[in-house]
Amino acid sequence: MPNLSDLKSRIASVKSTRKITKAMQMVASAKLRRAQDAAQAGRPYAERFNSVMAGLASSVGTSEGGPRLLTGTGSDQVQLLVVMTAERGLCGGFNSNIVKLARVAATKLLTEGKKVKILTVGKKGRESLKREFGDALLDHVDLSGVKRVGYDHAEKIAKNVLSRFNDDEFDVAKIYFSEFGSIINQVPTELQVIPAKFDSAVDVGEVYDYEPSEEGILADLLPRSVATQIFTALLENAASEQGARMSAMDNATRNAGEMIDKLTIQYNRSRQAKITNELIEIISGAEAL
Amino acid sequence: MADEMNFDLVSPEKSIASFMAKEVQLPGSEGDMTAMPNHAPILTTLRPGILSVSGVDGTTEYVVTGGFAEVKPDGVTVLAARATNKSSFTQEDMDSLVGDVKALLDLSDETTKDSVNKTYADALALAGTLGLSVV
Repeated sequence: MPNLSDLKSRIASVKSTRKITKAMQMVASAKLRRAQDAAQAGRPYAERFNSVMAGLASSVGTSEGGPRLLTGTGSDQVQLLVVMTAERGLCGGFNSNIVKLARVAATKLLTEGKKVKILTVGKKGRESLKREFGDALLDHVDLSGVKRVGYDHAEKIAKNVLSRFNDDEFDVAKIYFSEFGSIINQVPTELQVIPAKFDSAVDVGEVYDYEPSEEGILADLLPRSVATQIFTALLENAASEQGARMSAMDNATRNAGEMIDKLTIQYNRSRQAKITNELIEIISGAEAL
Repeated sequence: MADEMNFDLVSPEKSIASFMAKEVQLPGSEGDMTAMPNHAPILTTLRPGILSVSGVDGTTEYVVTGGFAEVKPDGVTVLAARATNKSSFTQEDMDSLVGDVKALLDLSDETTKDSVNKTYADALALAGTLGLSVV
């Protein structure tokens, strides 16, 4: 049985851990609100954009001679996986779930004899993919100094991806991120951005005139669409990260509380046992006289 | 006939403006156009320029750096990469716009060169209108 001072110091240390996790939970919940607001604010743009793109894409069709970003290169031999994770840990399964999804996809592609290239956004994803797919890692985008993701960041990532596409470095690009469902539910998601896929079931409604031509607009908008999708993913990721951290820290706080209760009971018992012991010694000493 | 329509100005990060408008002047990439209620549906890309909206309480002007606009009989939606109120558009914004276009110019190949050159000219024209200098 551990002695009293050991128990005492353990209780103190668990208590300070609980304070930290509690503080992290509160910080995460404040950040979550901001991230959710940002995701909310970005939604109208993305929705409009996607519905316009879907209309355009379905009317231009995937015929020969269409823009390469829409029709693809005609092959799917080399695939680029853009894995978007957080810069920090301590957020439950958030990072590992995204990485797991990407890893499964990469392994599957490799067994099919395809070539995989990986671009990571966020330090955590890079760290966990480095060992297994070290040769496949192309580039890394660091967002560690970023307090709030902006469209600029998404544009930069999109430019990186697009210039590689123009240099024929890959045929298909997919992004991996976590979609924000709720605080306790974040869904790791795979989304193909190049060649672009749009929900063709969308009802276009109006028949538009186009200025310049449909093809001209499409060529202008497709690169932007990549940026928009990446931006949406970044926003979802930011909200998911905070949500995951919040619930992870909530759990940790609760566990610490249970631990403290357990240790306190143990502490009290051993203290009582020690007192009883001393009393017995005194009494038996007195009797012996 | 309705004499007002919805006007929405949306950037990727947030919705910038949303109100009823009487007419909207758009800096279309192939020329300015004015959209009024019951305009035929049209989709146009935008060049860097000034977007002017006449609403119930006066005219508001925005500087947009590109994007596209969706005109419908009952409203206009402008999806702009960047949009700023004209009065708060600074020299710094202008510099970053020109810098972006110049970067595009370096990347462009034969097929896209003309359109990027045109965007560059549009950006210069915008600077002239706003009385800002170009580095």
